[in-house]
Amino acid sequence: MAGEKVLSLRGLTVDFATPDGWVQAVRGVDLDVARGETVALVGESGSGKSQTMMAIMGLLASNGRAGGSALYRGQEMIGLPERRLNRIRGEKITMIFQEPMTSLDPLYRIGRQIAEPILHHRGGSRAAARQRVLELLELVGIPQPERRIDSYPHELSGGQRQRVMIAMALANDPDILIADEPTTALDVTIQAQILTLLAELQEKIGMAIVFITHDLGIVRRLADRVYVMKTGEVVEQGETGPLFAAPTHPYTRMLLEAEPTGRKAPPNPEAPRLLSGRDIGVHFSLGRSWGGEEALLKAVDGVSVTLRRKQTIGIVGESGSGKSTLGRALLRLLPASGSLEFKNQDISHADRARMRPLRRQLQLVFQDPFGSLSPRMTVGQVITEGLIVHEKDLSKSERDRRAIAAMREVGLDPAMRNRYPHEFSGGQRQRIAIARALILKPEVMVLDEPTSALDRSVQKQIVDLLRDLQEAHDLSYIFISHDLAVVRAMADYIIVMRHGQIVEEGPAEEIFEAPRAAYTQALLAAAVDNRRFRTAVQEAAK
Amino acid sequence: MAAYVLRRLLGAVPTMFVIVTIAFFMIRLAPGGPFDLERPLDPLIMQNLERAYNFDKPLWHQYLIYLGNLAQGDLGPSFTRRDFSVVDLFRVGLPVSITIGSLSMLIALLVGTVLGALAALRQNSWVDYLVVGTATFGITIPTFVIAPILSLAFGVMMGWLPAGGWGTWKHMVLPVVTLSLPQIAVVARLTRGATIEALRSNHVRTARAYGLPTRVVVGVHALRAAMLPVVSYLGPAAASLLTGSVVVETIFGIPGIGRYFVQGALGRDYTLVMGTVVVIALFVIVFNLIVDILYAWLDPRVRYD
Repeated sequence: MAGEKVLSLRGLTVDFATPDGWVQAVRGVDLDVARGETVALVGESGSGKSQTMMAIMGLLASNGRAGGSALYRGQEMIGLPERRLNRIRGEKITMIFQEPMTSLDPLYRIGRQIAEPILHHRGGSRAAARQRVLELLELVGIPQPERRIDSYPHELSGGQRQRVMIAMALANDPDILIADEPTTALDVTIQAQILTLLAELQEKIGMAIVFITHDLGIVRRLADRVYVMKTGEVVEQGETGPLFAAPTHPYTRMLLEAEPTGRKAPPNPEAPRLLSGRDIGVHFSLGRSWGGEEALLKAVDGVSVTLRRKQTIGIVGESGSGKSTLGRALLRLLPASGSLEFKNQDISHADRARMRPLRRQLQLVFQDPFGSLSPRMTVGQVITEGLIVHEKDLSKSERDRRAIAAMREVGLDPAMRNRYPHEFSGGQRQRIAIARALILKPEVMVLDEPTSALDRSVQKQIVDLLRDLQEAHDLSYIFISHDLAVVRAMADYIIVMRHGQIVEEGPAEEIFEAPRAAYTQALLAAAVDNRRFRTAVQEAAK
Repeated sequence: MAAYVLRRLLGAVPTMFVIVTIAFFMIRLAPGGPFDLERPLDPLIMQNLERAYNFDKPLWHQYLIYLGNLAQGDLGPSFTRRDFSVVDLFRVGLPVSITIGSLSMLIALLVGTVLGALAALRQNSWVDYLVVGTATFGITIPTFVIAPILSLAFGVMMGWLPAGGWGTWKHMVLPVVTLSLPQIAVVARLTRGATIEALRSNHVRTARAYGLPTRVVVGVHALRAAMLPVVSYLGPAAASLLTGSVVVETIFGIPGIGRYFVQGALGRDYTLVMGTVVVIALFVIVFNLIVDILYAWLDPRVRYD
């Protein structure tokens, strides 16, 4: 580590008061940041990486308590009265957050919000502050700053809002910028832009950056040094290159290997067609103007899909591309135009009564493992609920027997079936959601971003589980995801969507090795950039 | 915005039409009539009276006549107060009712938001418990219980304030307090909940992370967000103040229009009851429009065009 230390943590602890007493979330972290360097704090959810930084900034939840020491240029920050802390935060140390959509106040124009810390810390006239805000917006690459300065946050995209946050962070020329998962909520192409912007700004301005992230790709690309955190402790630290090339701690090794691997072989080309949609369209009305024509949002616009037995079709695209809507339309959960066939019978116009027996064969697993399980039902009840509808005559003990079998199959301990969903982790909940679908012996499963809310290591387990289940039960999947690494491991056929239309489709190998459409190329480049960096570093180390 | 207001006002016409129609026929369903006395009138007099007030015509005809008059702003003559038209009565009563109503609303908003915000900022302290406890109490006790108790305690027993009647500011205190208490309770609870939520929101965290002083974090960022649900409640609040005033004006003997509603209904004064219905409905519609405009002004995400 070269240069003077700007931040130095010694034995930093964070405790939270819970009904069961104090729980320690951070257990004595030592960490140093030198002037102008980039330090990454890596770990999976719950490792305490965010709370460590929140503690320094005095932003712990009201039941939180920080201990130990955090020196900013020799000034102790832990236990500092709010008034004096306010002289450091927002001026010397600034922060950007994971949630660009909600981190800005929706009720004020962005110009005013960026100007607020300037006026508060530096004083000066409103006109001068406005001038500075325009410079900053220009600096972070917001087009037409003169116009955008008077926008409200909801008028900007996620990527632009994150740029606005960065502008706010840079307003007072800080020493340290803490970036808490700044790109996690953004699409890959936007992620790449934001990361590049941060790297450029650091070069120009020279502040130190502390990156809090679970994404090792970011770390490889940007960080000089890495701290790996697990359950509130730093388990390994060092310079990025050597640490990635030769990790010593098993947890670091696990993180590095946690990217899902393997490829799905294409199904037999003679395999029967299970589900096919032709010219599917889903349009939402945006309202009708006075006497004018109805404005339509074409969420899905003339898309055709054919799914064969044991095939996995990956539907890839950024948010708003219509991939989830398409998945729902294929299951007839949304009114759609076009024709749909399931096992050679036309279901485009099937009514509810006719759809009901088919529903058990067409199952859906959602992205959010927290919202998609009823909190008032035990896991056993959640899993067997579908049986009550589809096999009314089943005895209670038989239902229970099947629940046990389904739980075993997805790798859950059946003894836990009388517990409630909140007692389970995200990965376990996703297993419960899969068991709930599996117990009905479906033929087609639409998996809507089933791994996106999970940590990498857990993602890998779920991907493995889904592949095993496909082998065992001849399942066919429609796998919707924005995560190209996961899609590559799962799917044998890829559909790339944008603005409701198919940009490109074909066998997975073809799409990944030789993408034709410019959009696919951009998508892949943004995602693969990170990986290429890792290989280069590893080779250099050898 | 002007187009939106115009559209909303035009939309109010069918609403008013439905309300007037339902009210007109419902009150006619009630047995008896405005001229039924304990000792029946001479049949000839009765006939003359009925002709004078169009009662001899079929009901649908009377309805059309009423609609026609209403369209010209004529609410008809009062049946029980023979020398007055309904409009005459309202000209005197409406200012009184509006004075009490708007004072109560103002006090409910001021006291309610301050109490609610205080409770939220001192969450789980004695201030919080006191506010929440009082608010729960205020919501559960109906005005027709509070009004006589206040009148008895401050008017009769202590003699500090008049127990009823109308004239000076002293006459206003008890009715306004009675009317505003339940509204204070609701506004305080709403403000408290919304402020707590706002204080936990990400954008307030941002404001704190940037070293803004507490008065800015709370006053500029948290409270404005917390005001949104309170503003939405103003519409229903206006409606319940109006219905509350029916009870309060009767108990305190205040010459507002709320009292006419009760007297009119009991005396089968059809036009007086209809007039009150029309005025109250109009008031609620206009108030909801004001609330929506206010909301759009507070929250830039809401736009009506």
